[in-house]
Amino acid sequence: MNRIVVAVKQVPDMERVKFDTVAGRVDRSSAPGVVNPVDLHALEAAMRIRDDHGGEVVAISMGPQQAESALKECLARGADRVVLLADKAFAGADTWATSYTLASAIKKLGGCDLVVCGEKTVDGDTGQVGPETAEWLGIPHVNYVREIVSVDGRLKALCDMSDGLYLAEVTLPALITVTRKAHRPRYATPQRIYAAVDASIEKWGAAELADVATSDNFGLRGSPTRLTRVVVPPVEGRKGEWIRGAPDEVVATLLAKLETGGIL
Amino acid sequence: MSSTRGVMIFAEQTGGVVHPVANELLGKGREIADTLGVELSAVLCGHCMEQEAQELIYRGADNVYLFDNEALASFDIMNYRANIVALVEETKPDIFLLGATPIGRSLGPRLAAALNTGLTADCTSLEVDDEGHLVQIRPAFSGNILAHIKTETRPQMATVRYKIMQSLPRDVERQGHIVRPSLTIGEPLARLSKVPTDVEKQIGVSEAEVIVCGGRGLKKPEDLVMLKELADALGGVVGCSKPLVDSGWMDKEHLVGFSGNTVRPRVYFAVGVSGSSQHLIGMRTSERIIAINSDPTADIFQVADYSIVGDLYEIVPRLTAALRESRERDRTAGSVCS
Repeated sequence: MNRIVVAVKQVPDMERVKFDTVAGRVDRSSAPGVVNPVDLHALEAAMRIRDDHGGEVVAISMGPQQAESALKECLARGADRVVLLADKAFAGADTWATSYTLASAIKKLGGCDLVVCGEKTVDGDTGQVGPETAEWLGIPHVNYVREIVSVDGRLKALCDMSDGLYLAEVTLPALITVTRKAHRPRYATPQRIYAAVDASIEKWGAAELADVATSDNFGLRGSPTRLTRVVVPPVEGRKGEWIRGAPDEVVATLLAKLETGGIL
Repeated sequence: MSSTRGVMIFAEQTGGVVHPVANELLGKGREIADTLGVELSAVLCGHCMEQEAQELIYRGADNVYLFDNEALASFDIMNYRANIVALVEETKPDIFLLGATPIGRSLGPRLAAALNTGLTADCTSLEVDDEGHLVQIRPAFSGNILAHIKTETRPQMATVRYKIMQSLPRDVERQGHIVRPSLTIGEPLARLSKVPTDVEKQIGVSEAEVIVCGGRGLKKPEDLVMLKELADALGGVVGCSKPLVDSGWMDKEHLVGFSGNTVRPRVYFAVGVSGSSQHLIGMRTSERIIAINSDPTADIFQVADYSIVGDLYEIVPRLTAALRESRERDRTAGSVCS
């Protein structure tokens, strides 16, 4: 192994973030940014392969300047190098433009043997950026990896498809997306945390990618999809019926309602 | 090959069996194609699947493009991708739909990147606007908002959630063409083989039809047994809210809520769950919600169909017993009739 790239995203902490239910969006200022949880599993998978087969683990992220903290966390947990893709030109990207930018950065790095991504992000929730990145790089990919079995020119992994468990054998270079079942993330050591806090983060913008990418494809300008409307659906009409009485009565009433309503 | 621009759907198959989401895509695709006055096509990759291709015509397709080769018998991302990209480039459909299944979610993004077009994930509704553009509607932030998305490039691509769209009834009078385009088959770079397991795949909270979810109202981990018994009597599974994961009573894979699983079962029992906003966001689109809580001001009651204020330790065992009794009664009644 020469190089393993992990693509991570900074997302709002979903445990703490507040929802503006009127405007229909997450109030990002209400919670700190964290590394998208499943991306830590991706990082762990990459580091285990590095620990067994050598090479460097490079974590890349596209996002605003604040996403630096997500990359510092990757450093603290054991990434060898991190690169932040930050530029106004990258803003407003959909999955097509995001994957194009990530793939361009991987080319700029000089390619790699393996790309590892989380299955999806908790905010965007599309799961598209991984496979789209693989397409830009012209390499095969495997989704929903829950465990890496072996690596030797080919990577073998167990993955969850809708009808059960599959063994995937993929020729390297390749991209895999992992699920939260894969490889529990290790903790950062105090020494690494101290080092990461002070680390200066390598940043690339559109200019740094100029020799591998077309700037028309970046950000909102490059994005083929447009969000045209956001609708806040009313909370569906709930019966909101109170069932009161002694426990036996309550149970009998509930059961009768469930049975006559065809619910059970 | 026809050069008519139209609507195309991907019919996925595993082990020679077409996934039912294909019929749903045909149902919706037929409606869109008729609105636009264009043809509806399906693309099927597999081996020896002539009969299945014919079935897709009975379900609404005007054309079925059948890529028939042993190498396509099971899902092979690179070979599927190469053939479908070539087909789309040649037939130029305006709209291309896939199921939001593991295979569709794997293939769709690759096709979109290769075809230089947009893809909207996990749509729950599709509409055609006055100008004939496809409006792709998807829930975001766990259904708290519905995002309307349009695509400026062609084809307009979307993955569509399973069990949302309506299939058409099977009509054996329906006429259509099965087309066998020329094939490109390369080395399989990503091979998938099913791992035989003795155990049936366990139904998780995200797929369950009935969920009994426990929360902080439970006093000790052993009390989860009581919920398991209720879930068994209902044919469902046990889930939990965040505090139970934090205290190590249950694994995170059972967590219902924004940071865990977003669920949409037929029936959701919230037992001793107060209803933090993070929890509500993960379950409020359930079909029916029954809440049992000792605190009448608990937020969970705001989304409940049936609200029961009371001691879960008194209610749950009685409910389980009553359900078992009623099932027993049905069985006895059945045996008398037969």
